[in-house]
Amino acid sequence: MIGELNKAFESRVRLGIMSILLVNDSVDFNTLKELLQVTDGNIASHITALEKLNYIEIRKQFIGKKPNTSYAVTTSGKKAFADHLDALERLIKSTN
Amino acid sequence: MNTPKEQLDAIKDMRNLMERSSRFLSLSGLSGVAIGIIALMGATALYLQFDLTPLGSGFENKLASIQATLDDKNFVFLMANALIVLLLAILAGILMSVNRSKKLQLPSWDLTAKRLLINLFIPLVAGGILCLIMIEKGDLVYLIPITLIFYGLSLVNASKYSFDEIRTLGILQIVLGLIAAWQADYALLLWATGFGILHIGYGLLIHTKHQNGNK
Repeated sequence: MIGELNKAFESRVRLGIMSILLVNDSVDFNTLKELLQVTDGNIASHITALEKLNYIEIRKQFIGKKPNTSYAVTTSGKKAFADHLDALERLIKSTN
Repeated sequence: MNTPKEQLDAIKDMRNLMERSSRFLSLSGLSGVAIGIIALMGATALYLQFDLTPLGSGFENKLASIQATLDDKNFVFLMANALIVLLLAILAGILMSVNRSKKLQLPSWDLTAKRLLINLFIPLVAGGILCLIMIEKGDLVYLIPITLIFYGLSLVNASKYSFDEIRTLGILQIVLGLIAAWQADYALLLWATGFGILHIGYGLLIHTKHQNGNK
């Protein structure tokens, strides 16, 4: 049953990023950092990994003259995360 | 992270992050109590000024006569009272929530606070402008129902970005506002119930239920 768990979501930081993005339209880097309380490099590497899997997308825009990068979850990201949570649920139920 | 304990911890973490990133959780329940007390004092001042008894009638006539003659003294008192209550209520809400966010070690000004305020203020500002237009036209009778209804709509709209209880509070304010429009004589009593007593009740409820910043 553990095999059903998605390896991409094995880290706490990635679970955190996905959780935050699921309940928000889009979130910028600094907000993610504030909420997760981890270093820039740490978040950046997890974001890159999740983006490569096409679970999240990067949105670049300008606020005034300042570039602003924000992140949003994709449809396939939503599905993958929901499947992962289902597997987690089954796993926990089976051990109880 | 494959033991059930670790998985459960991870789930707790995720729930916490979802809450914190989408809802403003530092809203102070006690500020609701303070706002309720301020509102009750404002309503009491109006009762005394207009020489009314709480359950007695005559409020509609009083407003109509102020409206007809624009009796300066009473009109100024009515407006000053409304303005002071509004300012004190906003001040109490902001100060006590900032204080609470410090206690919970959450940011007092972030995306969730911004979203809460924007969504609160859209119906609220519309209602405020409508009130000003009615004052300008000398039509005072529906001021109280309008403040209750639009405030209720604001709360319903903002509730998605803070505690769920706020939604029920909003719906109750809308109902009171509609009754106040229908039974204008009891408008002030209904206003005191909505802005005063309901605020105190819901303030205490939120304070006890979310004492530790839990949802």
